Amino acid sequence: MITTSGLTKVYRTHRSRGREVTALDGVDLHVREGEVYGVIGQSGAGKSSLIRCVNLLERPTSGTVTVAGQDLTALAGRGPRAGRELRQARSRIGMVFQHFNLLSSRTVQDNVELPLEILGKSGKERSRKALELLDLVGLADKAKSYPAQLSGGQKQRVGIARALAGDPKVLLSDEATSALDPETTRSILQLLRDLNRQLGLTVLLITHEMDVVKSICDSAALMEKGRIVESGTVTDLLATPGSELAAALFPVGGEASGDDRTVVDVTFQGESATQPVISQLSRTYNIDISILGAAIDTVGGLQVGRMRIELPGRYEDNVVPIGFLREQGLQIDVVGHDEPTLVKEGAK
Amino acid sequence: MTWSEMQPLLEQACTETLVMVGWSTLIAVVGGLPLGILLVLTDKGGLLQNTVVNKVIGQIVNIGRSLPFIILMVALMNFTRWVTGTTIGSEAAIVPLAIGGIPFFARLVETAVREVDHGLVEAVQAMGGNTWTIVRKVLVPEALPSLIASTTTTVIALIGYSAMAGTVGGGGLGDLAVRYGYQRFETGLMWITVAILAVVISLIQFAGDFAARALHRRGARSGPGPKLRLLKGEEPATAEVGKAA
Repeated sequence: MITTSGLTKVYRTHRSRGREVTALDGVDLHVREGEVYGVIGQSGAGKSSLIRCVNLLERPTSGTVTVAGQDLTALAGRGPRAGRELRQARSRIGMVFQHFNLLSSRTVQDNVELPLEILGKSGKERSRKALELLDLVGLADKAKSYPAQLSGGQKQRVGIARALAGDPKVLLSDEATSALDPETTRSILQLLRDLNRQLGLTVLLITHEMDVVKSICDSAALMEKGRIVESGTVTDLLATPGSELAAALFPVGGEASGDDRTVVDVTFQGESATQPVISQLSRTYNIDISILGAAIDTVGGLQVGRMRIELPGRYEDNVVPIGFLREQGLQIDVVGHDEPTLVKEGAK
Repeated sequence: MTWSEMQPLLEQACTETLVMVGWSTLIAVVGGLPLGILLVLTDKGGLLQNTVVNKVIGQIVNIGRSLPFIILMVALMNFTRWVTGTTIGSEAAIVPLAIGGIPFFARLVETAVREVDHGLVEAVQAMGGNTWTIVRKVLVPEALPSLIASTTTTVIALIGYSAMAGTVGGGGLGDLAVRYGYQRFETGLMWITVAILAVVISLIQFAGDFAARALHRRGARSGPGPKLRLLKGEEPATAEVGKAA
């Protein structure tokens, strides 16, 4: 649904000479239809530039952006102003913002009607559509209020209703929950998830909060210094040994209690979560296993458990028990030991 | 000088001032608004970035702003004669007043429009809005409270300028004060003129502030719009709501 290839954005701080800042460095992104795709990264990683390049609010320096089969970069033209074709394409892409960006001079309903005014819809059609959308986001009773009278969460709901006014197939969410408290964040994310399911809306969101990815994303990408370091479906990422995203999505702590110990991260998914593997391991090899940390959580709608265990003896002494764990269909990461098989290939 | 002597003089002077200031404000707003918006749009990073146009308008506005009004008025004499056929009287005074008011208002518009959150512009761009839509639906409505405040400032400045125009034959309250108060030592009439000016300016300032605040606070209070409480008794309940919001 959204594909970027070789997307590069270079900012020149001084017009002719001076420093150049590379915000995006050859980003290839592929968002499938109907999925919620999260791009996560720290401030300055280039997430914001990326999402702004998708609807060409920022002109990429090079590379292409294709949304719903339409090459937007080809529509962009040369000048800094957006031509008619690009503006039409943009009207089919919804966008929600961190700071909501609602017009304070308009009522909630008029805010939602704004994109419809731009599309040239009649007054009757506009108000029907706006009220329908406000109902969908649960704000039917606030139609005549002004944004200043709403709470942050309500404002974002208006923002979402407005983004949906043009019946978009794609919704871009630029840190939509970053200015909200945890409770409100959850309800907004739930709304996005519902819209994704009900309307078949493809959602591309950027965030710096791992919880956002954890609760609603089907796929995720990790951005660092303008590059996508890892990407894939959340399920695949969790099954990828050594995946930074998986570790961040689902951290387990715990330090080794001594030098001659082997620390192993065990990840359970689905079926394997029900097997009593640890006690089997202990009985079969007659070893004492200490559990350093463990957690069970739902990631991307999937039950996942992760456990950090400690085996006596160095890695060399534990090759057989670790092999046993692998045979049980578990994902095993030996902490602090780089096996050749642990190279981050699965992430590609 | 008795009141019956003063009254017709004052009435005529008030009408002249009203005509001069009214027309010149109208022209200043009509001319200054697009100029001020253009200054923002053509600036570096603006929607219609154009350094040449920006520099040219900026320079014109600066020159217009930096000339003392009395000099501008004299400098424009030929132009005034070309437009109105005369350089004397309140109609002729409208020309330099309007031309002095345009750059004055344009700078105020520029400041007001610049303060509109860029996120709003971006949001409308993301909806597929063009520059004209952004100007009409975002920049002007969002800056409206400031624009009204700017208009108030412009009206008051133009009343001041109109007094200068009065001294060179423009008529109006300024003219009256100078002719009778300064040249004929009719101190009574001068003080009445001063009082009228003070009251008029206070009223304009009050009305402008009221309108700007009413727009600005829109939605910030839960009740209906602000009420003019001078006319009715105190309404402590509404006042409380206003403060809380």
